[in-house]
Amino acid sequence: MSRLNATFARLRSEGRQGLVSYVVAGDPSPSGTVELLHQLVAAGADVLEVGVPFSDPMAEGAVIQKGHERALANGMSLQGVLDIVAAFRQADQHTPIIMMGYANPIERFGYEMFAAAGAEAGVDGLITVDLPPEEVDAIDAALKAVELDNIFLISPTTPASRIQTIVERARGFIYCVAVKGVTGSGQLDAVEVARNVALIRSKTALPVAVGFGIKDADSARAVAAVADAVVVGSALIDAMVRVAEQDSVASEHQLHAAAAALLKSIREGMDSSPS
Amino acid sequence: MTIDITPELFASVPDAHGRFGPFGGKFVAETLMSALSDLEALYARLKDDAAFQREFDADLAHYVGRPSPLYEASRLSDAIGGGRIYLKREDLNHTGAHKVNNTIGQALLAKHMGKRRVIAETGAGQHGVATATVAARLGLECHVFMGEEDIRRQSLNVYRMKLLGAEVVPVTSGSRTLKDAMNEALRDWVTNVDDTFYIIGTVAGPHPYPMLVRDFQSVIGREARVQSLAQAGKLPAGLVACVGGGSNAIGLFHPFLQDAEVAMYGVEAGGRGLETGAHAAPLSMGSPGVLHGNRTYLMQDDDGQILDTHSVSAGLDYPGVGPEHAWLKDIGRVNYVSANDDEALAAFHRLTRVEGIMPALETAHAMAYAERLAADMSPDEHIIVNLSGRGDKDILTVAAIEGIEV
Repeated sequence: MSRLNATFARLRSEGRQGLVSYVVAGDPSPSGTVELLHQLVAAGADVLEVGVPFSDPMAEGAVIQKGHERALANGMSLQGVLDIVAAFRQADQHTPIIMMGYANPIERFGYEMFAAAGAEAGVDGLITVDLPPEEVDAIDAALKAVELDNIFLISPTTPASRIQTIVERARGFIYCVAVKGVTGSGQLDAVEVARNVALIRSKTALPVAVGFGIKDADSARAVAAVADAVVVGSALIDAMVRVAEQDSVASEHQLHAAAAALLKSIREGMDSSPS
Repeated sequence: MTIDITPELFASVPDAHGRFGPFGGKFVAETLMSALSDLEALYARLKDDAAFQREFDADLAHYVGRPSPLYEASRLSDAIGGGRIYLKREDLNHTGAHKVNNTIGQALLAKHMGKRRVIAETGAGQHGVATATVAARLGLECHVFMGEEDIRRQSLNVYRMKLLGAEVVPVTSGSRTLKDAMNEALRDWVTNVDDTFYIIGTVAGPHPYPMLVRDFQSVIGREARVQSLAQAGKLPAGLVACVGGGSNAIGLFHPFLQDAEVAMYGVEAGGRGLETGAHAAPLSMGSPGVLHGNRTYLMQDDDGQILDTHSVSAGLDYPGVGPEHAWLKDIGRVNYVSANDDEALAAFHRLTRVEGIMPALETAHAMAYAERLAADMSPDEHIIVNLSGRGDKDILTVAAIEGIEV
């Protein structure tokens, strides 16, 4: 069983909702990302989403954009992200890792080369933000050949007929985008999210993770009531940026600890009953 | 690529997936896919609709001032002493550039879709001005995204947009130029997709934009073809246009693609020289990749990161190019060449002094190459240059380069 399927099966048997954390590989530093990922797992992450930095991350809000810029300034590359995953796997064989990025760096690397290198490094799945089903055939074949899951986004604007097309191609889980907007933006509407998740569930048995706009324990709890998993990204990066801004000599360890502390509070919020 | 160039070939692109051979497509986040499908369906219905075409043609005639003249630049041609140079005077359009042909068309689409808000990206500001203009005319809310660097070097156009009632949104991410403005416009569109129409200014972006912008701009080539036959008695030996995203070039070229005897030259920005890396010439020096919703030639590094570009002209300062140009390059129908900053500046001055026509710095790249081309031709041949925009917006840039305080 794949790490993703095993994780969602375990969560289901425990009657819990999963927590997915997103950080950008190479931010705050390339050498610290492995440690950060381990800390996020310790703080309650069930699935790790690792951002592949891109010069033109057009679906990202300001917080994650700046994370991409810092990572690129730190010299992070797609190969560097794969190296981080391989290093993480030396100490953790169980936590699923999803890479999330944009088509061009992967296309430049070569779809088949990437799939092979990703499988070798211990990657479990891929989200390519700008490869909708219409453009996905080539990479899909490459990922399938090495049993990596191709994970698709479904947004509030996706019509029902299109949801059907997407779930037929999807593997691993469905990433349900909570708001019309970029990452980290807007106020999510729990009622609309619930409706969209229900629509997706009517068409697939795959787990549904909800992301975009989940900032804290309250919003995570609201989403966890209807979804299989909650994705938190911008808020974690923002927590690290705040520490760095308040204390210019803060250690990298302090930055990581701030992200882990926020994630832990979100985990506790999801596991407690509504206040 | 081995491909038979038949007249039918050019009518066959884009295909149903928005592809021009391997280029084009719809590489966007899921949230935008249904908006693109809606636009595609609307345009498929309207493009052959007589009433819509009448409305478009009437606006071009009475608001833009079309047809634009085809002018024989006699003094310039005599001075060069080769082939005759004709200028397709898009600079005489309302707002001073070819951009308005497209914004008129897309604003009509926005109106048909009932959108109350339009957004646009702009580099030199010409597309921003053309969008703000049609928004004012139709009473639409208008937001124009513009890189901070471009706001600085195109301050006149920024003020024009504000006078027209548009909000100019400074973009501070990345290289702070046209590509970043397009990222930010796409982010705005994702957020406000319900009530907003994105008026893309060039033949790039996701399908159906490269197709519909081409169709709206093709009025340039259709007129030029008729005018060439009437005024010179034959088709031109060559067409020359500058290429940033490539909308003025495709507008001139497209109606001539089936005329095998007409050679075509798309002139990219050579910046400080192609050998320096400081340029904006993806067709000359780049490689295929995916950016801003389409697969095309890009300036990128070995990791697939998009490179910063350089050009004296803000409107050519873009690391990608429309997918149809990428395809026309690969099948060998159009020659893509370049002119560098210094050559463009020299051509800017020459046309101003010899013909009393001040071209935009973008357009001056086409003029620089046209002079070279005409020099090797005989006087019984002629070429047409798309004089895509006027240069008033650039006088502060030119003065600054030459150390003159205005």
